[in-house]
Amino acid sequence: MAEAVLILSIVVATLRAATPLLLAGLGELVAERSGVLNLGVEGMMLMGAAAGFAVRALSGSAALGLLAAILAGIAMAALFALLTLRLLANQVATGLALTIFGIGLSALTGLPWAGVPAPGLAATIWPGLAHAPPALQQVLLLDPLVWIAFAGVFAVDWFLRRSRAGLALRAVGESAEVAHALGTSVLRIRLAAVLFGGAMAGLAGADLSLAYTPMWAENMTAGRGWIALALVVFATWKPWRLAAGALLFGFVTIAQFQAEAFGLSLSPDLLSTLPYLATIVVLVLISRDATRLRLAAPAALGKPFRPTD
Amino acid sequence: MPDSPTPPPQAAAPLLTVRGLSKRFGAVVANADVELSVIRGEIHALLGENGAGKSTLVRMIYGLVTPDAGRIEWEGHAVSIADPNAARALGIGMVFQHFSQFETLTVAENIALGLGGRDLPDALAPRIRETARRYGLAVDPNRHVFHLSVGERQRVEILRCLMQAPKLLILDEPTSVLTPQEAQSLFAVLRRLAEEGCAILYIGHKLEEIRTLCHSATVLRAGRVAGTCDPRRVSPRELATMMVGNELAEPRRRTHQPGQVILTVSDLTLEPGDPHGIPLQKIRFELRAGEILGIAGVAGNGQKELLAALSGERLSKPSAIRLGAEAIGGLGPVARRRAGLGFIPEERLGRGAVAELSLAENGMLTRLASPVVAGGLVRRGAARALARRLIERFKVRAAGVGAPAASLSGGNMQKFIVGRELDARPLVLLAAHPTWGVDVGATVAIRQALLDLAAAGAGIVVVSEDLAELFEIADRIAVLSSGRLGEAVPVSQLTLEAVGLQMTGHGAAECLDAA
Repeated sequence: MAEAVLILSIVVATLRAATPLLLAGLGELVAERSGVLNLGVEGMMLMGAAAGFAVRALSGSAALGLLAAILAGIAMAALFALLTLRLLANQVATGLALTIFGIGLSALTGLPWAGVPAPGLAATIWPGLAHAPPALQQVLLLDPLVWIAFAGVFAVDWFLRRSRAGLALRAVGESAEVAHALGTSVLRIRLAAVLFGGAMAGLAGADLSLAYTPMWAENMTAGRGWIALALVVFATWKPWRLAAGALLFGFVTIAQFQAEAFGLSLSPDLLSTLPYLATIVVLVLISRDATRLRLAAPAALGKPFRPTD
Repeated sequence: MPDSPTPPPQAAAPLLTVRGLSKRFGAVVANADVELSVIRGEIHALLGENGAGKSTLVRMIYGLVTPDAGRIEWEGHAVSIADPNAARALGIGMVFQHFSQFETLTVAENIALGLGGRDLPDALAPRIRETARRYGLAVDPNRHVFHLSVGERQRVEILRCLMQAPKLLILDEPTSVLTPQEAQSLFAVLRRLAEEGCAILYIGHKLEEIRTLCHSATVLRAGRVAGTCDPRRVSPRELATMMVGNELAEPRRRTHQPGQVILTVSDLTLEPGDPHGIPLQKIRFELRAGEILGIAGVAGNGQKELLAALSGERLSKPSAIRLGAEAIGGLGPVARRRAGLGFIPEERLGRGAVAELSLAENGMLTRLASPVVAGGLVRRGAARALARRLIERFKVRAAGVGAPAASLSGGNMQKFIVGRELDARPLVLLAAHPTWGVDVGATVAIRQALLDLAAAGAGIVVVSEDLAELFEIADRIAVLSSGRLGEAVPVSQLTLEAVGLQMTGHGAAECLDAA
């Protein structure tokens, strides 16, 4: 029984660790399929985390906190869209700047709440969580954001492959010029995709500050935005592979905490580098097959589009 | 005009009338006071040199460019066409020269997008098959576009337009990518459409083609209408004169005495570096001094790969390519140039020249030796002198040696690149599509320069899709098809039809019989 609960707890912990990566990754995947490379995921996540925690602390409502996180992510993405889509700024430079901006602004807005403890999302929804039997407790820890993230995989996959708007979005990411010539409104589609990416990154940030580690700390995303970006490439821009990648990384993250339980005694500092090391290894392995990567990558990724008049 | 049930206009009343249309891009006048009138059931040619303003005109009609002045009348009513959706709603379809297609999407997905995305690809597939059957345009809706040949891609474009039952179909140089046979079947489709009452606006520069296909023609020159005529009643020479504005010189053919073999390619086999590429299979040919070898073929049959292998962009077995006795297959482009190989690449900006650099700097790119470079340092004076010499000798129209390459028109930049390579006096020159997208005047000049170089004893390999060009300058022609090169046959033993047949994949021997 104890062993079964241990395994269940590892599964649940893996799912929960994968959730922020998956949420942010799905948003970035959609943005990149429309041809926009937004490297500001980390910054948008941090703003989502800070805004989510602050609004929840002020209002006492987790739902309002989540909403605020989404809006904060959208606001950051809107800034990015204004600079890159309208003013044609370089996407890479703007994305990097957005991350730096997000790190600073989130630290500033989150200052009053740094280190303030708060109940987790699951504990808020299920007040009796602490007294539930261990197995049930584990299942209840799967809060709505976990379900949203994994349902999102279905939704995004269906949207991209089966819907009209998804077809138009893929077309814009393949060649903005051609899509424009066919009468598709390139900038509107890209704007929508970028804003969706912002909303998802904001939600991913809120998952960290409201559910996964319910607190606010400066720079608390700890590079998860960058891992999400790497996962999109790892997944060759396909939602299902993104889910697989997020689970793999979730498991690696959990492994560092569980290693002791399995009698492994490695330096915790070394173990905490595991997810980042895995990112590098996976990216190197992926890049070895240049042909596959080139076929899968949206051809117009990172290329600005200026409509001729 | 969806909301006005006007009585049907008389058959001869124009479907489309363009009045006083003007458009400037910065200081460049693309169109000035253009008048055009197209009636139902008519195939109307739009003729002109590159930069004459044909594309701008049709892009305004299709709603891609907003005119500065003038108006467009459709079925007798003034309309403003804000975007391609508005054009399509009126019944205007357009087949672009550079296909507006998404390579990684399927035919049905592409067509669905082209129809404004109202119908989902799966629902469209039966209708696509039905329309394809009706016009004899065989295409499988579920195939991915990157699998298709250029001819098939064009069929997809035409199908996309036909699905909307257009009243006016615009085609921008549609035959530039087709074999003669494919062009003939395209003409059959166009004639049938015209008989059904669809008007066709046909942009072209192959005069023979226009004389056989079109009922009327409007000639543009420097953005203005230079004249209208019935192309069936005037000679190609008159048409050309109308386009260029003055008489053209015919290229002078040299008397050809083949010398020693200077370039030998034997069993050149190479896997493509690109996922959409074509593997080269046992390519072999010999080139003699003073000879021009033409390599014909429809784009996408291994031309890019062959050029990369010959220029040294991609390396092969050293013995596969020999310049004289020297094995150069394993050498890079710089070493090959040093050995005496010149190269005029396909892409003017990007491979042949750097857009942002001045002509003087571009002139040096392939000439990194004395006198332009000495002791590892650039000698600016010598570089400028070289560029000045090229500009003068090849009549390049440019603001000076300091003008950036991007500021030149395509034809002038091509003349500069051709000049640069000729000036290096190569033993062997590889010319890829030397006159692609170049206007009539510059074309004559470039072909003449190639003929002169051969007369001076160099061997030249010309890769071109333009069969007329190859027949005009080449001594022997070989056809590249699916990565295999056919036997090189003297031009005197070939006909246009025979080469065209071979381009579609028939063997050289068969074609000789056909000739």
